[in-house]
Amino acid sequence: MIGPLLKGMYTTLKYALKPPVTIQYPEVKRPVRYRFKGRHELKRYDNGLEKCIGCSLCAAACPADAIFVEAAENTDEERYSPGERYAKTYEINMLRCIFCGFCEDACPTQAIVLEHNYELSFYDRASAIYTKDMLIVDVPINGRPTPQKVEPGSFDRAIPVMEDPK
Amino acid sequence: MSDLVTITIDGVEVNVPKGTLVVDAAKRIGNDIPVFCYHPKMTPVGMCRMCLVEIGLPVRDRATGELLRNPDGTPQINFGRNLQTACTVQVSPGMVVRTNTPFVREGREAIIEFILSSHPLDCPICDKGGECPLQNLTMAHGKGDTRMEFTDKMKLAKHVPLGELIYLDRERCIQCGRCVRFQDEVVDDPVLQFHNRGRSLEIVTMSDPGFDSYWSGNTTDICPVGALTTADFRFGARPWELTPVATLSPHGPAGSNMTFSTRIEAAAGGRTVIKRIMPRQHELVNEIWISDRDRFVHHFADAPERLTQPLLRKNGSLIPVSWDEALEFVAQKLKGFDGTAVAGLSGDRMSNEDFFLFQKLIRQGLKSNHIDLANGRLAGGDVVAQVGVVNDTTYDLPQRLGVGDAVLVVACDLHEEEPVWWLRARQAAKRGATLVTLNARPTRLDREAAFAIHYAPGTAVETIRRLLNAAKVEVEQSDDPIVAAAQALVKANNLTIFYGAEGITYEESDAIARLLGNLLLVKNGGSGHVGRVNNGLIPVWPHNNTQGAWDMGIHPAFEPGYKPVKTPGRNATAVYAGVANGEIRALYLMGADPVGDGLMDGRGQLKLLVVQELFLTQTAALADVVLPAQSWAEREGTFTSGERRVQRYYPAITPVGECRPDWQILAQMGERLGLGKAPFAASLVFRDLAKVVKPYKGMDYRSLAQVAKQWPDVGGEDLYYGGTAYENRSGLGQQWPITPPKEPFAVPDVEVPVPQGLTLMRIAALYTPGTLNRHTKLLAARLAQPTLLLHPQDAYALALQDGEPVTVAVNSGNVQATLRISEDAPVGLALIRAIPYQPGTAVAHITRVAEFASS
Repeated sequence: MIGPLLKGMYTTLKYALKPPVTIQYPEVKRPVRYRFKGRHELKRYDNGLEKCIGCSLCAAACPADAIFVEAAENTDEERYSPGERYAKTYEINMLRCIFCGFCEDACPTQAIVLEHNYELSFYDRASAIYTKDMLIVDVPINGRPTPQKVEPGSFDRAIPVMEDPK
Repeated sequence: MSDLVTITIDGVEVNVPKGTLVVDAAKRIGNDIPVFCYHPKMTPVGMCRMCLVEIGLPVRDRATGELLRNPDGTPQINFGRNLQTACTVQVSPGMVVRTNTPFVREGREAIIEFILSSHPLDCPICDKGGECPLQNLTMAHGKGDTRMEFTDKMKLAKHVPLGELIYLDRERCIQCGRCVRFQDEVVDDPVLQFHNRGRSLEIVTMSDPGFDSYWSGNTTDICPVGALTTADFRFGARPWELTPVATLSPHGPAGSNMTFSTRIEAAAGGRTVIKRIMPRQHELVNEIWISDRDRFVHHFADAPERLTQPLLRKNGSLIPVSWDEALEFVAQKLKGFDGTAVAGLSGDRMSNEDFFLFQKLIRQGLKSNHIDLANGRLAGGDVVAQVGVVNDTTYDLPQRLGVGDAVLVVACDLHEEEPVWWLRARQAAKRGATLVTLNARPTRLDREAAFAIHYAPGTAVETIRRLLNAAKVEVEQSDDPIVAAAQALVKANNLTIFYGAEGITYEESDAIARLLGNLLLVKNGGSGHVGRVNNGLIPVWPHNNTQGAWDMGIHPAFEPGYKPVKTPGRNATAVYAGVANGEIRALYLMGADPVGDGLMDGRGQLKLLVVQELFLTQTAALADVVLPAQSWAEREGTFTSGERRVQRYYPAITPVGECRPDWQILAQMGERLGLGKAPFAASLVFRDLAKVVKPYKGMDYRSLAQVAKQWPDVGGEDLYYGGTAYENRSGLGQQWPITPPKEPFAVPDVEVPVPQGLTLMRIAALYTPGTLNRHTKLLAARLAQPTLLLHPQDAYALALQDGEPVTVAVNSGNVQATLRISEDAPVGLALIRAIPYQPGTAVAHITRVAEFASS
C-alpha cells in the first residue's frame, strides 16, 4: 500500500523540480511558428510608402467577405503608395475572417501579410472591424510617413517592376 | 429565302444572310471567335489579327464551273496556306471554317503574345480589370509565357486626360482603333486620331476642349483594354463588386436604357451609391450607346442640397416637421378651397404613376380641372396618340430605316436635344434614307440631309403647310426644295418624322403636329405612313416623360388616355395669371419651379402653395409646405418615351433622408382627401392606371419586364465582342398602340407675329446649366455658357466684336451672354444658347454690356 503512494509522490517530486511546461499567459507568451497566420498587417516599403495599391483583389479572394477596400488616386503632392492608386479605406472584419491567407496569396504587391498577433477579442461587433490605421505597420526608421510629397515621376509603377521569366 | 448562305463552322452548319461576316456567323451559333478591333456596330478593319481562322472554299473545275468532289462525294475544300481574319471575310456558299485547329490556336497565341509585348499588365489597378477583353482572351487563348523581354516594354504616360471626362493610358492601348472609328464612323465627331506610326503610335485628341464629343463615354465601353477610362469612375470600385440595377435616362425623351452600377460605400456613410452608369442594350431605343449627359449626369441624386425632411412654414420660415404633420396640414388646408380656386401644375420628369395620382388628386380629390404641365413647350400628344411612330417587334436585327425611306426633322436640333435620336437620324441617312431637315437655322443634321430647308422665323407653320400641299400633288421634278422634299417624303417607303419646338410657340407646335399628322396620312398613290413599322411621328419632348404626362392627362383638356374633359380647366399660363389676380388661391406643384423659370412672378395672391421637390428651388423657398420627393434612382416607376414605349426603372440607391416617392406622397394626400386607401407599391398604382388609361391596357410591371434576344450579343462572357454595355435583363418595355385617325386633322389657324428686324431665337444646348446638370462637377467646364450667335453681317451692322459680352432681353429679363460671330446664325436671326427656355421668337434687343451699365 505504501509502495504506490511513494511512487505517486516520486512523480510529483520529479516534476516539481523540472521547469514548468505551462506558461503564464498573458504575462508570458509562447512564440508562434514562422508561418503562423494571425492578424493581418499592411506593409510599407522602406521609404515609408504603403505597399497596398487598393486593388481589392484581397477582397475578391476573401471567402468570408471580410475585407472592404475603397481606392483613390495618388498624386505626387500626396502620395501614399507607388503608382496611381492607393487604398483610402481598408477594413477587415476580424469576426468574419477565417485566417485562410487567401488575401495574402492574391496580393500583387505583398502588402497584406498574416502576421503573428492572435489576440483578437472584442467587447462589441463594431470594434472587430480593423481599419487601415490599425492594420498598417509603423513607418520604417528611414522612411517618411504617408502621404508623402515626392519628385514627380519617381513612383509611377504600382506593381514592382517585373523580372524576365526564368 | 435565296439570300441565305449556308456555311460550316467547326462541323456545324449555319444559315446566315448574304454579306454576313464569318465572325458574326460563328457568333450566331455560339462559336466565339476572339476579336479586339472588330465591333458588330462598325465596319471591320482587320487590324488586330486576333480573329484568325482557317477558311476553306469549295473547289470548282475551271472549265465547267462544277464543284470538284472527293471520292466519297463530299466537295473538295481548299483551305489555302494562311490563316484569314474572320472579321473581314464575308460568308460564301459552301465555305468551311475551322476555328479550333492547332494552326489557329498557334496563331492566336502568337497574337496575344505580340499584343502583350508592350502591355503593362497592371490589371490590379486598372479600372477595366475584371471586365477586360484582353484579360479574358489572354486567359482563354494566351500561352502563359512569352519570348519577349520585359525590359523592352514601352514606358509611356499612364494618365493622359483626353478632356475632363476620359483618361487615356498610353501603355495599355493595343491600337485597335475602335475609339477612333467609333468617333468617326458612328457619331461623326472625328476628334480622336492615331498619331505617329509603329511603336510610337498613340491616340490623340485634336479638339479644343479635348475629346469634344457628346458620346465620349461610349469609347470606354468598347475599348477592349483599360486604355480609355472615365474620370467619373476612376478607381471607384472593381467591376465584380458592383451591383447592376436597370434604369432609364432621366433626361431625354428617347428613354435610353441604362444600368446603374451600385455599391455600398464607407465614404458615403454606408449608403448604397451610384458608382457609374453604363448603357443597357435596347436595339429599338439606344442600341448600346448613351450620350455623356445620360452617363455622367446622375450626381444630383446624391447631392448634399437634396431636401431630406418635409418643411412647413411657421412664423414665416420653413421648419422641418414630420410627414404626418405636413400631409395633415396640406389636406386640411386644401379642403377649405373651392375646386375652381385650386390648380395643380407638374413638371415633366416624374413617373407615370406620379402623374396618374397627381391628376387623380387634383381632379377627383380637389374637384379641379386646372391641371397642366408647368412648363409646356411642345404640344401634340393627342396627335401622337393617333399617328405616332410604330416600332418593329423584333429585337434581333430589327427593321431600320435605310434606302427608300425618309426621315423628316422639324424645328429641333436633335444633336443637342436628344443625341440618341440624332444618331438614329444620322445613321438612317448614312444607310441611304432621304433626310429632310426643316428649321429656321442650320443644325448639325444638315450635313447628312438631302434637303436642308431653312424658313424665316415665324413662318414654320406656313412652310409646313406648303410642304403638305406639295405632297398632295404629283410633281415630276421641281426646283423648289420644299416641293422636291415633299415628293421625296411622300414617296418614301417608310417615313419617320421628328418635330420639336425650337423657335416656335406652344400654339404653333400644336398646328405643326397636326400638319405633320396630315402629311403622314397623305397617300398620293402609296399606302400612307401611319400604323406601319418605322412610320409615324416622334415628338422631341423637352424632358424624359413628357409623353407620360400627356398620356396620364396632365392637361387641362384631356383626362388619362386622351379622353376629352367636359369643361377644360385653365392651362398653365392661365393658372399663372390666376395666381397673380387672385382667382387661383391654392397651387399644388410637383417637380416644377415656375418662379425660377421666370413663368410665375412670386406667390402672387396665393393662400396656399405646396411644392413637392428634390431641391429647395426658388418656388419651394416661397412655399407654405415643401414635401421632399425621392429621385428616380431611389425608387421604381415607369417612363414613357417619345416613341410611346413604356419602360420600367428600378430602385438603386438608399433613399435620402425621409424622402418619399412622389406617388406615395400623392396617394397619402389622397387618402386624407377621401380618395381611398393609399396603394403600397408603385406596381399597384400602375395596375390601377392600366385599367383607366386605355392605351396602357394589358400592361403591368411583369409584362414591361419581359426581354427578348437581341443582336449583337453584349454583356456576356464575351465582353470583347460588343463591349461592356449591359445585356438587357430587366425589361424592354412595351410600346402602346396608336389609334389611326379616320380623317385628317383639323389644323387651327395660328397667329404668329413675325418679328421685324433682327430676331432672337433660343437654341438648345445639351449641357444647359440646370438643376440636374449643375451637380456633376466633371461637367462643370463643359456646361454651356450663355452665348449669342450672330451672323457676321448682323454683327457688323451692330458694330459688335466677336467675344464681346452683351446683354440680351429674354423673357422680360436681361441675360448676359458672350457674342460669337458665326455663320451658323442666318442673316437677321440671332441665336442664343444655354439660357432658360424662351418660346417662339422675339425681336432681338442686344446691347453692349458697357452701354447697358451706363444707361
